[in-house]
Amino acid sequence: MKIPEQITRLGMLLAGVLAAVLLLRFVILPADMFSAAPHQAAKAVREMAKPVHYAGMPACRECHADIYDTKSAGGHRYMGCENCHGAAAAHASDPATGNPPLPSEREFCYACHAFDPSRPNGFPQIEPTEHRAGKKCIRCHDPHDPVPPSAPSDCSGCHGVIAKTKATSSHATVECAACHEVPEQHFTSPRAALPTKPAGRESCGQCHGSDATDSGAPRVDLASHGDSYQCWQCHYPHAPEMTR
Amino acid sequence: MNKRDFLKQSILFIPAAGLMQTLARVAAGEDMATAAATSGDYDASQHWYGMGIDVDKCIGCNRCVEACKTENNVPQEPFFFRTWIERYSIHADGEVTVECVSTQPPRGEETPQVDPDVVRSFFVPKLCNQCANPPCVQVCPVGATFQTKDGVVLVDEKRCIGCRYCIQACPYGARYLNPETKTADKCTFCYHRVTEGLQPACVEVCPTQARIFGDFKSEASRLVRFERVNEISVLKPDMNTAPKVRYAKLDGEVR
Repeated sequence: MKIPEQITRLGMLLAGVLAAVLLLRFVILPADMFSAAPHQAAKAVREMAKPVHYAGMPACRECHADIYDTKSAGGHRYMGCENCHGAAAAHASDPATGNPPLPSEREFCYACHAFDPSRPNGFPQIEPTEHRAGKKCIRCHDPHDPVPPSAPSDCSGCHGVIAKTKATSSHATVECAACHEVPEQHFTSPRAALPTKPAGRESCGQCHGSDATDSGAPRVDLASHGDSYQCWQCHYPHAPEMTR
Repeated sequence: MNKRDFLKQSILFIPAAGLMQTLARVAAGEDMATAAATSGDYDASQHWYGMGIDVDKCIGCNRCVEACKTENNVPQEPFFFRTWIERYSIHADGEVTVECVSTQPPRGEETPQVDPDVVRSFFVPKLCNQCANPPCVQVCPVGATFQTKDGVVLVDEKRCIGCRYCIQACPYGARYLNPETKTADKCTFCYHRVTEGLQPACVEVCPTQARIFGDFKSEASRLVRFERVNEISVLKPDMNTAPKVRYAKLDGEVR
């Protein structure tokens, strides 16, 4: 059977169109028109190629090992160098480009060490107006090993919120040491030796028990008041009138 | 040239020109093969990055915010953030106030007062949670935002049309529209740094190690230990976004 010529022609035309479509789809048009993978991969590469501004502490250590060693033994051991000295990738790759800044202003240290009631308990903070006002911090404290020149004499330097809360409460005149025994070592390496906390109800009973002497404090009968609970489970010792 | 010749030559010329263009593009190295080659020996499928945040250690110094802006060229205006610090104050009547810690703090002499009405107050660092199940990726109409194999959600600024769908969809408010490029922008976990083995800039400068960066797929990873020793929470777990930013000692009031 002979295939009519018009069918042959139509077949060739269809084959041509099919070839053109396939050429268009797989060769001419870029692959990322049909798949997200190429443009995503290209974006990841562009992202990875972005310049680094912070060199990282290991880079600083390569040249400044002595300062690194001092710092890694002191209170600032968890801090990266570029926290204070700023982004230093340019200096790290070529020291001739200039030195990173050496902040010496008092205000610079306030970012971390000015009193703020939201900072965690135990973090060293100062009252900017009271603590050696007007002097630069670095005159007394080596920023790479910021131990206080003398051990702190009171607790408010690190426990400011507690100190301020207590100061306005009826326990204002009660010394910290009345309830906490503070090891000497706690003033120089705070986490190595923690102060004690009162163990039982008798500690509060010294002032608040029915047989307490020389105290104008409210008295309760320790045997019947508050079941088996410890005092601090209902009364906040640093502000006992606080209801919550 | 008559009409027939013109049509014949056109039919030949158009595919030929397309072919030449494709060959030229391949030769110029814009294609995926080159993309894979320039990423060196970094294998994204070997990593699954995350961050641990110890809320109890954050002192609210804002160094991370400043470092992030420097490292990633985030506009300095105080409403463009890839990471930011929130101050939560829980009042005696149960009211919770949240404020963003300013990038231009009054580091003057004045001391904030202790508000007797505030029961407790603390800082919470926030950033893109790099969700394993990211709603921003689902809603993007042009496929501009996507998750890499190592779990970081990126925005292709060449594809983004700036429609802000993703900004609306993010439950954590982690995205913003970059005023210079007019495209969505967000934390990348400092992708250019972590793929080189460096820490993200915020982690690098954090003075108290409130932020820990790590790789869930690494056996010796600070992040894995962080997850082991702490009781871990994530933000808005009910959203089923599977965040890879994990919080320790997170107060129940934090949203």
